[in-house]
Amino acid sequence: MTTALKRYGLGIIAIAATVVVFIIPLIFMALTAVKDRKEAAKLDFSWPTNFQFVENFTQVLSARKFMLVTAFINSTILTVASVAILVVLAAMVAWVLQRRKSRWNGLANFLILSGLIIPPAIVPTVWILQSMGLFKTLPGLILIEVAFGLSFCVLLFRAFISSIPKELDEAAVIDGCGPIRLFFRVIFPLLRSVIVTVIVVQSVAIFNDFQHPLYFLPGDANATVQLTLFNFQSQFTTSYNLLFMNILLITIPPFIMYLFFNRQIVAGMTAGAVKG
Amino acid sequence: MTLNTAPTPTAVRQLPQTAPAKRRKGKSPYPYWFYLPAAVVYTALFLVPTFASFFFSFTRWTLTDFTFIGLDNFIQFFQEPALLKGLTNTFIYGLVTSVLKVILGMLLAVLLTSQIIARGYLRSVIFFPVLLSSIGVGIVFTVLMDPRNGMINEALAAIGVQGPAWLTDPAWALISVALVDVWKGVGLAAVIYIAGIVSIPQEYFEAAKMDGASSAKCFFNITLPLARPATATVIILSLIGGLRSFDLIWAMTKGGPGFTSDVIASVIYKQYQAGFYGLSTAGNVVLFLIVTAIILPLSMFLNRKEVEQ
Repeated sequence: MTTALKRYGLGIIAIAATVVVFIIPLIFMALTAVKDRKEAAKLDFSWPTNFQFVENFTQVLSARKFMLVTAFINSTILTVASVAILVVLAAMVAWVLQRRKSRWNGLANFLILSGLIIPPAIVPTVWILQSMGLFKTLPGLILIEVAFGLSFCVLLFRAFISSIPKELDEAAVIDGCGPIRLFFRVIFPLLRSVIVTVIVVQSVAIFNDFQHPLYFLPGDANATVQLTLFNFQSQFTTSYNLLFMNILLITIPPFIMYLFFNRQIVAGMTAGAVKG
Repeated sequence: MTLNTAPTPTAVRQLPQTAPAKRRKGKSPYPYWFYLPAAVVYTALFLVPTFASFFFSFTRWTLTDFTFIGLDNFIQFFQEPALLKGLTNTFIYGLVTSVLKVILGMLLAVLLTSQIIARGYLRSVIFFPVLLSSIGVGIVFTVLMDPRNGMINEALAAIGVQGPAWLTDPAWALISVALVDVWKGVGLAAVIYIAGIVSIPQEYFEAAKMDGASSAKCFFNITLPLARPATATVIILSLIGGLRSFDLIWAMTKGGPGFTSDVIASVIYKQYQAGFYGLSTAGNVVLFLIVTAIILPLSMFLNRKEVEQ
């Protein structure tokens, strides 16, 4: 009797609390996004009388010469390229680091942990990028995301690789496999599940990244979605409907990721966290 | 795609003659040059700037030219009220967010591992904000926290409470942002705690129940001590995030009103925008020192206790 009461009573209280704290802000965002300007300016939680999803949608996309469209393309390139590079480089490092015990291991581990803890030095990085001619370019930002994401990915990969038996490598070597073929043909395919985790977690993180594009890729020509949203914030101070439509649009990619890869995201974030 | 095509031709060509001979000479199948591409990127864009920051923090710097000015940047950092405020705010922000995340995350995790209905729903809803963009969350909450028309204050007024002016009140601005940070990040803390609690063997709870322990006793004597690794992780993670946080503050207050909600990360950005590169770099060095001075001893302390058990 009491357990049933606890089971349902606590459950219902918890559901009510999460609806108030988490669901209502999200619904508020979605509702405001489809209101007209006047109604949105009231900032209240009400059903839109004048439902204008299509108008707001086209207006946001076409604002400032289709800047949001450009931003989506840029963000996609940034995310795909940096995650692809990250996966390959981090897996290579993690594999050698986990398999080959040497005096370099201590140093490598130290550097990986530093990468997790140390806040990146902004202006010197700008300076380096400038001297390489990569400042304010997409390739420059891609390399930045790779450099700052490496530590986390290496930790995830290393934890997973330690569960792959070493005998597999030895068998491949006896069969005449060179290091490159051993890694890319034998090991890399075995990493599939952790690769999915790394891809999902990192692509959400890089897609949502605001600080690094702000520093290393300023300018309208190659803005990312987060930067565009930030710029619209000062431009659309009177039209909350457009601003919220923008937020709604850039929330969709992470939301889709969450729908499909819920388990991998949670696993990746907790596993990486516990090791760190 | 390049992975599959690029390496094969070379590997195939080498294999018959050279490769086995080399390996007999003790060549490892785990070549060091696998480190190389990652090491180059990491060194050029992370390690070199980190070391360079120590040097340039002692200079007045225009990116092309620098003059050595000793400790002036640091002295300015600790003397100018606007900059000093950023320093204290960083501590407040880090402390408030991590304490709240530890407490709320723990409570939520205990709730979500108990026998209540709709656990799947609750878990997904609490975790979802972790994946939202900070800028989006910041804008939504700036609207919700509007002192007059905002939903939060209207809801408070409905139950007869006069809400504070949140982001426009100098006394509340920083705390408001910290609360939003907790809203966004508590899901991660809860999920880490859930992983920790689930790994505690059920027999402990059963044995305790047999001996007549109350659920409060179970929590304080079993769950809390045995979930210590999770606690360590949550504290360390949220402190690192909290001390370095920039996005939310920049989206919600830009350090205002005045400079009352500035943190070091926003000071660094402001000085960078103003062209004071040396001062900005000094801010980076200060942040680096604070983060390492707090995180290193703390993680050593938390991990040592873990081993003793």
